[in-house]
Amino acid sequence: MAEPTLPDGYIAHAPGFIANAGPKLITGRFAHEDSFTLERFLATGGYQGLRTALGRAPAEVHAEVREATLLGRGGAGFPAGVKWGFCPEGVWPRYLVVNGDESEPGTYKDRLLMERDPHQLIEGMLIACYAVGLSQAFLYVRGEMALAQERLATALDEAYAAGYVGAEICGSNFSVDVVLHWGAGAYIVGEETALIESLEGNRGMPRLKPPYFPAAIGLYGQPTIVNNVETLANLGWILANGADAYKGHGSEASPGTRLFAVSGHVRRPGIYEVEHGVTTFRELFYGDNFCRGIRDGHELKTFIPGGASAPWFFEEHLDLPLEGQVVSEAGSMLGSGAIVVMDETTDTVKACLRLVQFFARESCGKCSPCREGTGWQEQILQRILDGHGRPSDLDLLLDIGDNISPGPYPVAAFADQGLDAVPFPPRQTTICPLGPSAVAPIVSTIRRFRHEFETRITRRDPITVAVSVEGVAS
Amino acid sequence: MGFFTPANEKVAADIASRYPRRRSAMIPLLHLAQEQEGWVTGPAMEQIAELTGTTPVEVLGTGSFYEMFKFHPVGRYLVNVCTNISCQLLGAEDLLEHVESSLGVRAGSTTDDGLFTIEEVECVAACTEAPCFTVNYRYFHRATPVLFDEVVADLRAGESPLARGGAADDGPMPEHGTLARNRQRIPVRSRAGVVPPEDVNDPPAWMPTEAAADG
Repeated sequence: MAEPTLPDGYIAHAPGFIANAGPKLITGRFAHEDSFTLERFLATGGYQGLRTALGRAPAEVHAEVREATLLGRGGAGFPAGVKWGFCPEGVWPRYLVVNGDESEPGTYKDRLLMERDPHQLIEGMLIACYAVGLSQAFLYVRGEMALAQERLATALDEAYAAGYVGAEICGSNFSVDVVLHWGAGAYIVGEETALIESLEGNRGMPRLKPPYFPAAIGLYGQPTIVNNVETLANLGWILANGADAYKGHGSEASPGTRLFAVSGHVRRPGIYEVEHGVTTFRELFYGDNFCRGIRDGHELKTFIPGGASAPWFFEEHLDLPLEGQVVSEAGSMLGSGAIVVMDETTDTVKACLRLVQFFARESCGKCSPCREGTGWQEQILQRILDGHGRPSDLDLLLDIGDNISPGPYPVAAFADQGLDAVPFPPRQTTICPLGPSAVAPIVSTIRRFRHEFETRITRRDPITVAVSVEGVAS
Repeated sequence: MGFFTPANEKVAADIASRYPRRRSAMIPLLHLAQEQEGWVTGPAMEQIAELTGTTPVEVLGTGSFYEMFKFHPVGRYLVNVCTNISCQLLGAEDLLEHVESSLGVRAGSTTDDGLFTIEEVECVAACTEAPCFTVNYRYFHRATPVLFDEVVADLRAGESPLARGGAADDGPMPEHGTLARNRQRIPVRSRAGVVPPEDVNDPPAWMPTEAAADG
């Protein structure tokens, strides 16, 4: 059998990552085959950020991170330094929970960071604990990611042995245990309050809000900081090089770099470390340094800019920069940095069904509009696809959506249809955004590709059959 | 009369000792049970209930929320084929069709010889490497029917197919239930210690008590 051809810039020991030109703040070590070992980590500046932090007062470290405007990379894009500040004063102990439950369809970056550079994440966790006074840290890794768990377990053992984790870190009075914890297959656990429920040994169902941030009431009812893997992976660099250097990359509102996983119908799919807020979608899809265009002989039909939960984008959005605020104003979100590109051969009804099916399966069942609604939507889409659709089905789909996420829904800038974009997040009748997420693909596809649905529906007009009855039925 | 082997009983106690509240050990212990037996049995749930201070029905209630826990025996190799959007766009449905027809069972079932269980699963975070499947949670990237057949042939021959996966992961193929092939060990001497919310009301040692309250 011929070996499959791997794209240019592909590194076999860091599968998916593309070593292209541009700054590499958090993927720099991937070029080394042993990037996951303590030895390599220390030889490439590892734990320097932690040492820098330990030489300063915790409040100064916190101020540095706030100054860097490090935006959360999990989906909501909330500044980490601000989030850290939400811990109520005088309430102790505080905990750190790392969200390594990456499972948003289209998202592949945290797994790579955990498998290939586990010490970088551990260093970031320690810096966060030091800055905010978090007494114990729990690293929640998605259950299915066996290799990541393996690499993190080894890295933690090495770090304990070398005095970087545990009691009196690097000879200071800073002591914190990092406990490796793992999930068991549930998308909803990526929601931070569900993550905490799961870590407490319960079914992973989101908690009622308010409080909106677990920083107020979180794990065991205590102030808890929940941060995404990629967010924490940036901390070592920020502390070692300073907030100013960090802000030297990316845009003013979104400094630094960010990982984007581009999948689907592009010539060179992969995980790219991209200047945050500056690069445009067009550059990312067509640029020689990035994906190098849509696969041969095809053209772009639509793309999902930020994971399965994000409303879809089209050709007219190509010149938008990868900037959270701008994308949000255009009616979608950058979410978890998952971009899925579809060419003109894509059956959007089928793609829509697959995403809705996902949300229907993964709905935790706590809120009725989501539990029932996503299931109904799946059934209706399935019957349309099977050729049994009814003319009223499209309105019905939108109506169910409206019950989960009351309109106007943030449609991806359908100005041509007299609809204004509404910024994320949408209004919702549910505790968490999972239900409203199922509405995103439905609204996006029906608004833009209504004819594809209608073709399927009208194709099944009842056929008149002439029957002549002879004789007498007995 | 416990379910866990003496060695695993020690592991279980060690895991439970890492959390301020032992109920937090629920999912790790369910994984440990699955690692020992390949699935989660009744006696396992009874012992986990004891270890976590819950009841067997609470253990079942929690465990059944999570897809990875199996409450009935499954094949020696759990084949998970992702059909979510990125994989779907690049032919995952055809791949699943091939997996089903070549093994002769539908997704959700186990082959007669007890070797393979097939599942159609949600995104497993390998989207740029689509389509992909996993066997006992080990990744196979950029999958084709040919690759799948080779993996099956290796497994039937008792060899590890991991090097074929393109996922920079090799070594032996673990049994179903085993996730990481190693386990975090926190040496007693270097432990910072568990911090139970009931017993601690003061800031940790490195935090200034009064000043810098704006932190």
